[in-house]
Amino acid sequence: MGIWTTISGLGLALGLRLELFGAVLARLHDVPRRRALIAQELYGSAIQTLHVILLVGLFIGMIVSLQTGIELARIGQQDQIGTIVAVSMAREMGPFITATILAATVGSAMAAEIGTMSVSDELAALEVLSIDRVKLLVLPRVVSLMLAAPLLTVVCDAIGVLGGGFVAQSQLNVSWQLYIDSALEALRTPAQFLPLPKDVWSGLLKSVVFGALVAVIGCASGLQAHGGALGVGRATRAAVRDSIIAIIISNYFMTWLLYQS
Amino acid sequence: MSSTKPIEPPVIRFEEVVKSFGTQRVLDGLTFEVRRGQCLAIMGPSGTGKSVILRHAVGLMKPDAGRVLVEGQEPSKLKPRELAVLRKKIGFLFQEGALINWLSVRDNVALPLRENTRLSEAEIATKVEEKLDLVRIAKQSFDKMPSQISGGMKKRVGLARALVTEPEIVLYDEPNAGLDPEISASINDLIREVQVRLGTTSIVVEHRVACIKTVADEVLFLEKGRAHLQLPPKEFFSSSDPRLRQFLGPNPD
Ligand SMILES: Nc1ncnc2c1ncn2[C@@H]1O[C@H](COP(=O)(O)OP(=O)(O)OP(=O)(O)O)[C@@H](O)[C@H]1O
Ligand SMILES: [Mg+2]
Repeated sequence: MGIWTTISGLGLALGLRLELFGAVLARLHDVPRRRALIAQELYGSAIQTLHVILLVGLFIGMIVSLQTGIELARIGQQDQIGTIVAVSMAREMGPFITATILAATVGSAMAAEIGTMSVSDELAALEVLSIDRVKLLVLPRVVSLMLAAPLLTVVCDAIGVLGGGFVAQSQLNVSWQLYIDSALEALRTPAQFLPLPKDVWSGLLKSVVFGALVAVIGCASGLQAHGGALGVGRATRAAVRDSIIAIIISNYFMTWLLYQS
Repeated sequence: MSSTKPIEPPVIRFEEVVKSFGTQRVLDGLTFEVRRGQCLAIMGPSGTGKSVILRHAVGLMKPDAGRVLVEGQEPSKLKPRELAVLRKKIGFLFQEGALINWLSVRDNVALPLRENTRLSEAEIATKVEEKLDLVRIAKQSFDKMPSQISGGMKKRVGLARALVTEPEIVLYDEPNAGLDPEISASINDLIREVQVRLGTTSIVVEHRVACIKTVADEVLFLEKGRAHLQLPPKEFFSSSDPRLRQFLGPNPD
């Protein structure tokens, strides 16, 4: 009984979010008219989380380098550190860390902003004025995060590789030149149809999907908020929780699709 | 005035409307109508469902039983597109103003014009400034954000936004609340003027006797979810109905 209500609740939540994403896709033609709002959202999400991405990305690269470096050194393979750091940043760590930070900062803010509008009659006012809330509120947020996520992911990848290099040089006695050469060499496997290394573009593709997920989930939670400030709190919490779950689950399936063959 | 065209159906009509929230029955068989060009004032104790009535008239709420008719259509049964067409004829002043918090005063009033019309930015600016002048918002506040203006100002900006599209029907939820006597008199004159000049049909939820006397053609007293009394203002305020006398107190203003 309990498990079925949980499953049907999950199904309903998923359905509502897919519907919202569908509504966004159906309104993509409105993007040029919303460019000012999109730029504003992009500034808010990208510039204002940049320092967090830089800091966290740096340390993630250092951790990966240290963890694998110690093991590799034991079997005399330190010169592979660059390869491992670059590949794991580009494929997994960069997109995932960036998306998680965006969920916690930008996604939660979206839920809170739209949730506040919902509990204070502002959404009702838009409805009475026959103003399309998806065009006004959701579309700019989704588009801007789909742009911000890959941009920030590139930054995260780059700073992570640098951080890994510092550790490799200072703690594992790998020369900077060797590290960077092996890192760049590792990313050289080209994609069939893009002028980008496969690991980089597959990471960026993931991050675009993550950006869409975080924004749609944040907006959907906000639109459903009800019951004053408590309701806004509930919506914010749900947005962060569900975004992180969605990021992890979709990450598995995308990895499977991109790398299985 | 209305006797000259007696056959026209009412613009707004509530038929035995029932609405409950959980176990609380807020509207309990409410019936009334508003004819074209008329203004109905609704009075009643706090929490009796006056705002709920207005929400039914724009389809934000759906009656549990009975029918709400606006221009002969039931808002809660219309398809989204038809409902949007109907709503474009309606101006709605929310009790708290309901300004979009991330848009300036000017952009709030411009919003319905930007989103739903093809007017140029210059035309929009003219209309917006004209309406903000009418509700007596000073020029230096045009670019303030809603969080930077007072409650009474929010109310007036909300009024400007409700009127900027020159709707045929206007629903006002306590247009006088939070206003000083001088501004409130000018707002009441504005409501009356809009009615006379554009021939709008309106419902005004209000407690102030002065306002009702200025704007209303009829007054409805809401009690226990029904129309306890519905009379023209003169007769209404001189009525000897004991419940109304108790509500109005010894010297109503
Ligand atoms: N969305 C809602 N959910 C639950 N109850 C509600 C809701 N909206 C209104 N109510 C209840 O309906 C009753 C009437 O509310 P309404 O806001 O219409 O009162 P009102 O007559 O406008 O009062 P006031 O003069 O104070 O504005 C209240 O008791 C309120 O608790
Ligand atoms: Mg009310």
